[in-house]
Formats: sequence, structure tokens, C-alpha cells
Amino acid sequence: MSVAKVGTRTDFPAEPPEHPTAPYLRMERIPHVWCPGCGIGTVVQCYATALGRSGVDLDKASVVSGIGCSGRAAGYLKLDGFHTTHGRAIPFATGLKLGRPELQVTVFSGDGDLTGIGGNHFIHAARRNMDLLVILINNFIYGMTGGQNAPTTPLSARSSTMPFGNFEPPFNVPHLAASSGAAYVARWTCLHIRRLTWTLEEAIQRRGFRLVEVIAPCPTLYSRLNKLGTGLDGMSFYHDNAVIRHGADTRELAIDFQKGIVCGKFVDEEKPTFSELMDEHYGRVLGEKYVPMPASGGWQHG
Amino acid sequence: MQYWRTPLDAARMTGAHGDVVIIADRCKGCGFCVEYCPLDVLVMSREFNRKGYHPPAVVKSGGCVNCNLCEMICPEFAIFSVARPPEAELQRAAAEGGP
Repeated sequence: MSVAKVGTRTDFPAEPPEHPTAPYLRMERIPHVWCPGCGIGTVVQCYATALGRSGVDLDKASVVSGIGCSGRAAGYLKLDGFHTTHGRAIPFATGLKLGRPELQVTVFSGDGDLTGIGGNHFIHAARRNMDLLVILINNFIYGMTGGQNAPTTPLSARSSTMPFGNFEPPFNVPHLAASSGAAYVARWTCLHIRRLTWTLEEAIQRRGFRLVEVIAPCPTLYSRLNKLGTGLDGMSFYHDNAVIRHGADTRELAIDFQKGIVCGKFVDEEKPTFSELMDEHYGRVLGEKYVPMPASGGWQHG
Repeated sequence: MQYWRTPLDAARMTGAHGDVVIIADRCKGCGFCVEYCPLDVLVMSREFNRKGYHPPAVVKSGGCVNCNLCEMICPEFAIFSVARPPEAELQRAAAEGGP
């Protein structure tokens, strides 16, 4: 009887079959770095599907992300994009949108990056109603840097810098965005794949500051430090505890430790965006002297 | 698929059928597809893939209805389903001795 030694297996399939999402991904970078059981890959899959269904020209779509686990998404999606410094995804995306108004700009980043380090940019982009789609992946912790306490960590949850439980009240992210003036606010978990895809597809068609918060399991840090099991246990927690309440009052959307998660679409209103307000104001004040930015960008017309 | 009564148009209609394609060496063994497959087509296999994880395996090859849920929920882009063409469906039915 011959026993194969470890590492001598040679019957691996040479060419794996092509995944349907492959045209939207940089397949040379796959498999990605996200942990087994992490939900960020599911969100990327839903976003790619929504982008495909919405019929947006992929040359006119771009994705910007900050630092963190979810910040990697900009590198995996086969779109023009940029992986910015920590917290500065929204400022970069703002410049990109104002410089080339024809682009469909998506910010893909995490809770720590967008509401912690980049919190000020987040509320001011919402206040100005910048024409951005922000996908905020909330795993309640700073995952990539080792599980430090994040602005979204629920009360009494443990993190590596709060080993006896968190005592800081966390952000209620949909309320933060809605009270700052966002035009579209929704929240889903990683398990609501169909609804998340529909919401992203709808949000791609809307204008103004659109926030889609996605709750994702973090099996390596948040779940391990709080003894919540694997990513699959996180998913079954969402299955048992997520409630769908469309149009709920955003003040009631705070997430307590291991309590129910209210999901749904909370805000969907049509408001003039920053660019429209600027064009209208300067067109009125400056008249002929004001030249609005051409859709394809000013640098080609200089 | 099991029905609580036979549909009236069961003789005329063919339901959707699909085949699950698993890219085993990309799988990290999270088990989402196995847990949430609505028809329990998948199980975790006992085999290891190249990275030492247990990928899923198909146990009910005719059970897939091509709902794409495994494809949507997989964080690793490692599984998808393709519609089984009707011709193949007819041939399979003929091989099994009529519908």
C-alpha cells in the first residue's frame, strides 16, 4: 500500500471554471485575504451583482476605500478605484465626483474608517448631500489592527482595548447619517443577500448621499473576544434576531450587544446634491462667468 | 423536490434545475452555502483542498433548482450554480425511463 506524503498531491484541477462574478473582480488577486467566515466577500458579491444588474457603464463606475479589512474591496473589484489613507475615502471620493461628475462613485469601507477616523468627513459629506454611495461594513470592531474598540462597539462587548467590556456609548450609524442630511439610508446584514442586492441596485440609481450599512460577522476578533463562535454562528444570530422594519425612526436603530438588529430602508428622499446647489448658486450669482464642470472632467478641456 | 400535493400542471411543467459548480481550492470552509442551501443539496466534504479546508460537496445532484443562493452568499467566490439545459433534462428523463 502506498501512502502519499504530505504535500505530494498532484491531481489539482489545472484550470478552475470561471465564476460568474469574475468579470467584476481582479481574479489574479483572488483568493482574498478575508478570514474564513467573514462576511465582507458576500457584500462584494452583492455589490458586483447589483452593479451588473443596474447596467452602469463599468468604465464610468469607480470605487474608493479607506484602510481596514473592508478597504481591500477597492483592490478586488475590477473598477477604477483608489485605496486611500485611513479615514479619507470620502474626501477622495468627493474630489473624484466633483472633478468628473459623470462617474458613479462608491465608497466601500468599514465602520472604524468611516465613523471613527473619517467621522468628520462622513457627517459633512452627508450634510452637503455629496453624490456618493457609501457602503459601510459594520463588524463592531477594528478588525485589521487587532480588535481595538471601535465607535460602533456595543455597550458591554469586549474588545482588545476594553477587556472588561465596553462602557462607551456607540454610534447609531443610520441615525448619524440621517440626522446629518443623507438622502438614502438603509441597513442590512450579510445574511440578507437578496434584499441587500436590491437595495444596492436601487441606491446606485438614486442621487445624493446614500448610506447602506451592512452588519458583518468578524469571527477572528469580535466573535472570538466575545465568545460568539464562528462566522456561521454570527449568520444564525442574524437569522434569529434581525427584524425588518422599513421606514423605522432612525433614533430607534441603536444596536445593543447580542440584541435584535433592525434592518430595512429608513430614508429615501430626493434632495438637491452639492453639485446642483453649487451650479444653481454660482449660475445665479456669477452668471456668464461661471463655467460648470463638464461631465467628463475639466482637465480634458483646459 | 417534495410537494404536499401533486401540482395540476405537473405533467406539462418542468421545474428549474441547476448544477452546482464548486471551485474547491478557493473555498475556506465557512459552511455558509451548506447551512443556507434551501434544498440541502450540499454537505461539508471530508476531503481537504489545497489550503487544508473542507470544501462543500454535492450530495443530491438532481436537487439543485438553480436559485443562486450559494453563489450570492459565498464570501470566497468559490461556488455557483448554472442552469441545466432543457435538452439534457429530457435526455436524463428518457434515460431514467420517462417523466
